[in-house]
Amino acid sequence: MLNTLIDGLLRGNVYALGAVGISLVFGVMNVVNFAQFSFFGLGAMLAWFFVAQEGLPFWLALPLVLAICAALGLVINISVVRPLAKFLPLAAMLSTYAVSQILDNVSQIAFGAQFRVFPKVMPTSNLHIGNMRFGTSDVVMLAITAVVMVVMSLFLKFGKIGRAIRATAQDQEAALQMGIPVGQVQHVSFVIASTLGGLAGVFIALYVGVANPTSGLDIGLTAFVAATLGGLGSLVGGVIGGFVLGILEAFGIYFFGDTSREIIIFVILIVVLILRPGGLLGKVPLISTEPLTGTFLGKGRPLRIPRWVWPAAFVVGGIVIPLVANDYVLTTGTQVLIYAVIAAGFTVTAGQSGVLALGQAGPIAIGAYTSALVTMNLHFSFWAALPVAGLSAAIIASVLASPIWGVKGHYISIATLGLGIAIVAIIQLVEPQGIYNIPVPQWFGAVLSTPVAYYLIDFGVLVVTLLVMWRIRRSHLGKVISSVGSDEVAALASGVRGRNYKALAFAISAFFAGVGGSLLAHQYTYIDPTIFTMLMSLLVVTIVIMGGVSLPYGAVVGSIILIGAMELLRFTPELRIIVYGLVLILVVRFRPGGILVRNS
Amino acid sequence: MTDLLALDDVHVYYGPFHALRGNTLTVGEGEIVSLLGGNASGKSTTMKTILGLIKVKSGSVRFAGEDVTNASTRHRVKAGIASVPEARRVFPQMTVDENLLAGAYTRKDRVGIAEDLERMREHFPRLGERRRQEAGTLSGGEQQMLAFARALMSRPKLICMDEPTMGLAPKLVDQVLDEIVRINKDLGVAVLFVEQQAELALSIASRGYVLATGEIVLNGTSRELLDNPQIQEAYLGKATQA
Repeated sequence: MLNTLIDGLLRGNVYALGAVGISLVFGVMNVVNFAQFSFFGLGAMLAWFFVAQEGLPFWLALPLVLAICAALGLVINISVVRPLAKFLPLAAMLSTYAVSQILDNVSQIAFGAQFRVFPKVMPTSNLHIGNMRFGTSDVVMLAITAVVMVVMSLFLKFGKIGRAIRATAQDQEAALQMGIPVGQVQHVSFVIASTLGGLAGVFIALYVGVANPTSGLDIGLTAFVAATLGGLGSLVGGVIGGFVLGILEAFGIYFFGDTSREIIIFVILIVVLILRPGGLLGKVPLISTEPLTGTFLGKGRPLRIPRWVWPAAFVVGGIVIPLVANDYVLTTGTQVLIYAVIAAGFTVTAGQSGVLALGQAGPIAIGAYTSALVTMNLHFSFWAALPVAGLSAAIIASVLASPIWGVKGHYISIATLGLGIAIVAIIQLVEPQGIYNIPVPQWFGAVLSTPVAYYLIDFGVLVVTLLVMWRIRRSHLGKVISSVGSDEVAALASGVRGRNYKALAFAISAFFAGVGGSLLAHQYTYIDPTIFTMLMSLLVVTIVIMGGVSLPYGAVVGSIILIGAMELLRFTPELRIIVYGLVLILVVRFRPGGILVRNS
Repeated sequence: MTDLLALDDVHVYYGPFHALRGNTLTVGEGEIVSLLGGNASGKSTTMKTILGLIKVKSGSVRFAGEDVTNASTRHRVKAGIASVPEARRVFPQMTVDENLLAGAYTRKDRVGIAEDLERMREHFPRLGERRRQEAGTLSGGEQQMLAFARALMSRPKLICMDEPTMGLAPKLVDQVLDEIVRINKDLGVAVLFVEQQAELALSIASRGYVLATGEIVLNGTSRELLDNPQIQEAYLGKATQA
């Protein structure tokens, strides 16, 4: 019990460092910075590299790691975050998400993907008070954090730049008018946050004893929840939130086991967002009162598509390709088609209702598992399982997401991201082994398991999906959903309750995600929780943003480019993620409406 | 009187929208000038242009003999332009003293800053009493005084005030106008201010400019403007005798 408390304090220590950085950057830039999440993983890997590989003494490696993180933070802010934050905070957030994926994968390429054993630099269980066991290492970490926090608060209270940071956080425009160099203040905040992130990463490695390049997102998300719990923008809140969350998590794991971790964190996030959106210490109307949902990307006019393109595309996609293409191209084609279905359905949420949901892997996984289970246990045919998978994804995802529609702006993206992770975590808890031998589709006794058959099934589903999306967009309902997306306040003033329609849009998107999941399950014939990753969610978002967030046919184009081209060019998985990330940043920066939308 | 601030044929666009259409405006040293006009006439845009918060498409902005057309806000503050932003915008979770220090951000002379802090406390006794209180807890009138004092902390030659009486009770409006005159007289600081109520504005200003849809349609001394039948009709509610 007491050891669990120690465990919680040490976890909390890491989260507190991370949360303070997240709050700091959110305060001065109004951007949730995912890129910062990568510094947790990066700090750990760099420390491992210098200590274990290069044989540097730990106390020499530490400042070196921090310096690298600081410099990298500055580069990221100058090149990606700041140019976008001024105009489109949500676009900036999306870009930082891309940056974090790039950083994680560059780190994976540089250091290898495996878990590395971190050398023991200080004793870890040489001390005890009564039954509590701990080590010098733990004491040193807590002491460093304490010193850092004291220095930080003195700096913010009495330092000239510290005061400028607070002034900028409270009223950026007024700060500018006082002659405060807001740009430099943001750079300084970014550098501090990255350094704290790196420090937290080193602590993780020290505490857990292993380092892994992709651990950052997970810890970063937890640190973000800690920052939210304490009150986003409040530094004292970040520290308190970090320790409270660390202790809650340690006891949660003690009672419910390690696999419950993500679920605990997500539940805490949701409870905080509903009960006290300002956090324990934050004051509710934080900084920006502008509605951040809706029109998160630049506006523009879709390119004119000549009428003959539609039948031509139908003939090429449905007849020419199945006739002439070889199995390799057809198999790639099925992937393109399935993602096109998922992404076309997602345009209702991302494009029309303006909710940048970041966790579509969740409903995809629900669809895949439902389809596998009903065909295997209840002996449904594939054709019956397909809509059932969609419905179950829509219902389950909607029920789980129902608490989040009242929250705004960045929170809604983070909450959906957490939701996606939590869904996969629940599946992992219930069905950790994966499911084998999922039946392949049949048609009156004939087994449809050739690449051509899969291709044609997926093509048919895509055509139906696009027709449904086209009908929805033209319907009254579609227009109401679009009104919520383009101006939620105005929609509310016209009697439209935005949250209900956002939830409905999300349910529609979840339905098609579930259908896509079902198609995947029956073609892979094997599924397990590791398939439904954050990368899958990122891919769906990237596809719709590339094609044009509100254009269902744009999703098809995005899918062809991002999946078809990547596959045919035979990029390795790590390289692919880097390309996705770069594409996302470039599109958001230069063609914010998508490649099929002309800037206005 | 030499011109402290001079805008010459300034054009400003918001995207395709032509917000300022070739405006020319001057403020002399130690002068009080008011900027009048209806909603969306370009008053706030003019203020933002002077402060360097918006880029000028063509034309020039000169301040104290220097061309500042493309200078940063920070540079202009250093040169002597201070701002009392619209709706005051004090830093709500910083103390009164910290707000004042934020106003002196561009200065490096510690001794001078400390002296000015003391002077502000004397000049605005309420702020002295509440120096450790968070600015967000002050009353509207007190916040306005803090916004004035904060602007003065940069030792400006000119203060730009965007609707300093906005949202204040009528009694406080008079106090604020008196305060503008006092700042101008005691400290010799020129003031350019935006005001909705033309008669009040012209009662303390020596000159005024009237904006309509981005253009300066009238300008002159306060007396001339008050006697102008167009102004009387548009702003003072007096019907012109036909």
